[in-house]
This record gives sequence, structure tokens and C-alpha cells, in this order.
Amino acid sequence: MLKITDLELLVGSVAHLAAINASFQPGTLTTILGRTGAGKTTLMRAIAGLIAPDRGQILLDGTGWTRLPPWKRPVAMVTQQFINYPHLNVRDNVAFPLVRAGVAKADAAARAEAALARVGLAAMVDRRPSALSGGQQQRVAIARALVKKAPVLLLDEPFVNLDYNLREAFRKDLVDLLAVETGTVVLYASTDPREALQMGDQIVLLADGRIVQSGSPRDVFANPASLTAASVVNDPPINPIPFHQNGVADFGALGQQAITLPSGAYTLGLRASDIRAGGPHQARVTLTEVTGSETLTHLSLNGLDLVMQEKSVVLRSPGDVVGVHLDLHKGLVFGADGQRAGV
Amino acid sequence: MKTLYLALKYLAIALWSAFVVFPFLWALTTSFKSANGVTGGATWIPWVQYEPSLQGWQSLFGGVGGINVVKPFYNSLVVTLSASVISITLGTLAAYALSRFTFRFLWMRNSDITFFFISQRIMPPIVLAIPFFLMLRSLGLLDSLPGLILVYVALLMPIAVWVMVDFFNGVPRGLDEMAWMDGCNPIITFWRVILPNALPGLVVAGMFCIIFGWNDFFFAFTLTFTETQLLPVAIVSLNSSVTPWWSLSAAALVSIAPLVVLAFVVERFLSKGGLAGAVR
Repeated sequence: MLKITDLELLVGSVAHLAAINASFQPGTLTTILGRTGAGKTTLMRAIAGLIAPDRGQILLDGTGWTRLPPWKRPVAMVTQQFINYPHLNVRDNVAFPLVRAGVAKADAAARAEAALARVGLAAMVDRRPSALSGGQQQRVAIARALVKKAPVLLLDEPFVNLDYNLREAFRKDLVDLLAVETGTVVLYASTDPREALQMGDQIVLLADGRIVQSGSPRDVFANPASLTAASVVNDPPINPIPFHQNGVADFGALGQQAITLPSGAYTLGLRASDIRAGGPHQARVTLTEVTGSETLTHLSLNGLDLVMQEKSVVLRSPGDVVGVHLDLHKGLVFGADGQRAGV
Repeated sequence: MKTLYLALKYLAIALWSAFVVFPFLWALTTSFKSANGVTGGATWIPWVQYEPSLQGWQSLFGGVGGINVVKPFYNSLVVTLSASVISITLGTLAAYALSRFTFRFLWMRNSDITFFFISQRIMPPIVLAIPFFLMLRSLGLLDSLPGLILVYVALLMPIAVWVMVDFFNGVPRGLDEMAWMDGCNPIITFWRVILPNALPGLVVAGMFCIIFGWNDFFFAFTLTFTETQLLPVAIVSLNSSVTPWWSLSAAALVSIAPLVVLAFVVERFLSKGGLAGAVR
């Protein structure tokens, strides 16, 4: 088990990681989900020993890692950039960590070829990385990480630099590849909630260097504990609709929802998919984004900026007025402190 | 259109090649001429336009009125290669450290320290000659191969550091980190991963050092007398009241030959793109 306690890392006076406490079981894939700058890469680099934390401990099966240099930590890592050794062919690239670990060259080459066959590169073992496509280069990096059989495997947004279709295919392949790594703690950093929901056994939400929530992906998605967690786990981010309640819930022109809450300021978090076209509220279009087969329409409604998600391609122009329906009963209510209220 | 373009391209290459090769060709023909052949105008074809003579070449190997280039050639080879190897070895290690680790010395940071190395070459050689002379004299190393090697190391190492820092900076740090995670400590990382990927830089730095060391006349002249004459000094000593063009031409070819051979040997290492596929 990989255990992290009270991990803290400061750059100047800014905390890049703060109060990180988590444990990861062998055979599970944990997605570290967070927006850019949340601290995902920093956390992985700290686990790998590439940066030294200011406080806290990293333990693998009870053994402290914090003072071990990276070359003595049994960790494999795949980064966003496709890093391979340019002076070695693909086979030698994958065999490299084995040779360094003292495995006989012939044995290392055979194991490297087996690992390359698993990632579909059996025919390219004699090529240099520069002769491969981006996707193939990243497969080499994945094969090199897998061949080590390290007890901790860190995957830092490994597919972020690949195109959409390739990313989808690789994700599925990776899940299959990792299914046999039953003794390995796998951490997968991502900014994409869909990826986290699709891949992970467990999800850890990271924001501003802190863990804001962890649990099973479905639980975290259905019941985000805070507005920050709701923003991280939803893509596009959840629509925050501020309201003030005096005694009884009053949503004014936006509709009705009966929740018993004390008086005070609240925020209703409404997922973009819970706003639909064809309703009574007249909203003005400010921007339309078509992503694949989806459309994200940015709207202005009574001074609120909202995003509506539709599972079809709908072209609207800025300035168009569209009637929308808000499924307010699906909204999540958060208190002034950003924590979930009314649950 | 494509044919015309190709024709023009090859014409341009041919003209440039002729321009570059002409001095060598001229030196080659002159080296086989006698005094009469040299003063008889621009002649090219042996036995037809001039009577070929081995006088120039004989004068380089103990012939009448000549010198023996074997020892100076050997001296130049020893000094140049030794100084280059030492400079490249020390310079590469220094450059790797300057590229990868953060240093502070008084007000200086890494870039200042790198500049400090190369700033040694800003001074005119004459400024260095007297201190070098005095230092070698007090060490008892004047007119000796070790003395010259020491001086050349001092002159060549800044070049090696300067060139190699740039090349190491071009090798992504991600490669170092990946090597660490693959079980290499920093020394093995340098030797097994970074150095092989900085090979073109090593070749460039080596070429600079060898060319400078081989061609230097000034320090070879001021810090030696008769015992450890280097090739450029020996060639100049051929000159007398009547300039022996045939001997000088032959000597010029002898002194250029090693560099030409070197250029052909290292040419393939100088190709760009050595790091393609490192980090995408």
C-alpha cells in the first residue's frame, strides 16, 4: 500500500501541495483529477522523488520513501511529453531499466519485446523513437514503464498530447493492460472528469494543491462535497447560481425548489446538462462551442453567465435569444463556505 | 523548370567548390614545382607546362635548405590531441554541471559562470603570453610538451565549456529524470543517457579545440625555443631571404592534411536532429 501523510510542498510562500493524506491499494487505479495547476504533476513528482516535499511522508508498505533518491524508488512513470531515449532503438529503450537493474541483456531484450508486443509495437523494435508517430512513442514509454513491474506506476496525463480518437482508443487499451497488474498501485492524473469516470476504481479530487474529495467515481460525481469539488468533477464546470434565502427557499424568476435551509447566502450548482433549450426563460447567447458531437452554448440570463450542454450540434450566433429550461430540482445547493448544504 | 533549377543549383555548387578547392589545387601544383616553375607564370600541367620537381617535399624531410617536419608534426599531434582530450573531458563535466545544477559564487549565477569561462578568450593573446611565459619558466616547463599542453588546456577548455553548455541545455531535463526513474544515478545518467545524446556537441567542441590547437602559432612560438617546436613554427622557419614557395606549399598541405581527414571522419556526427524523438 502506498500511503501519503501530511505532505506539503511550498514554492516560495505558495503551497503547491498542502495537507495531502491518502492511501492507495495495490491493484487499484486511482485517478487524480484536477484542473491545470491543481498540483497533480507536483504530487506525482513528489512520489517519484523528483521534487522534495517540505513536510510529510510517503510510505510504501510501511517503508519510508521520503529520503530515497528517485533512482532508488521502485516507481515507473509516464509523463505528458513522450520521453524516450533518442540514441537507443525501441527494444533497447524498453530494456533499459531492466539492464540497469542487472537483468542479463538477452533476457532484458526478450522481456522488452514481450512488453512491446503487449502495446502493439512488436514490428517496430529496431526503429529509433524519432521514426515513430507520437502515439507510438507514447506506447514505447508505456511499455518501458510496464516492463519494470514497479509496485507504483504513475501516469501523468499520458494521452493529453494525443488527438481525440487516439486518446479514446489508448484509454481502453491501457485499462486492459493494467487489468493484469494486480500488485501495482496505479495513479492516473487527468483533467478530464469523463476519463476519471471511465477508468478509475477510485478518484481523488485535487484543487489548489489540496485533496478536496475522494471516493468512488460515481459517488463523487453524484455527491460532490463542495462547490470546488463539483467544479472539478464536472466538465464543463458546474454553473454556480448565487441566491439569498430569507426563511423559505426563494428562487425568484428561476423557478421553485423546496429545500429547508436556514437564512443566508447560497449557491445553486447546476450542471450544464441540466439546462435545456425550449423553456420559458429567455437567455442571450454569448458564445457557441461545438466539441465533437456536443454543443456548449454560453448564455446570459438575468445577469448570470451559464453554460448549456446539448448532445447534438446546434449552431447559434452570439446575440441570439433562446428559451431555456433549468432543471433546478437536479441542482446542488452549497453554503457560503462552499460546502454542500441541505443534504 | 525543374531541370533549369537543378542545372542552376549544380552550377552554383560547382562554382563554389572551384572557389574553395582552388587554393588547395594551387598549393598542390606549386609543391611540385622548382624555382623556375614558380616564376614561369600560372602553369598547371606537369611535364607540359613545367617540369615537376620533388624539391619542395624533400625540403620537409631533411633536404638541403629545408627542415625535418616529422618531429614538429609529432609534437603538434601530441600537444593538440592531449590538450583537446583534457579540455573536452574537463569542459564537458563542467558544462554538464553548469547546465543541470544551480551554482552561486559571490554575485555570479550559472550564466555568469559560463560567461566567466568564455570571457578568458576575450583577452588578446599577447596579454596572456607574458604571464604564461613567466609561469612556465617558474615551473620549469618552458619549451616542453607538458608546458604547452597546460597552456593549451587553459585556452581550449573555455571553448569546450561554452559549446557543451549550449548542447546540454538542448538535451531535455525530462531525459535525466526518466533515466533516474529507470535506476540511473546522476553519474550513470550523464554517461549512459546525456553524453550519447550530446555527441554532436562533443564533436563540435572537439573540432574547435583541435583546429585551434593545431593551427596556433602565437603561443607555440613564444613558449618554445628549439626542443619542442610545433608544426606552424617549423613551417615559418622555412622562410628565408628567397621565399621557397614549393617548400611552403608542401608544408601547408602537410599541416592541413590531418584536419581534412578529421573533417571527413567526424562529418557524419555533425548531422542535426540527434535528439529527435527525445521529448515530443
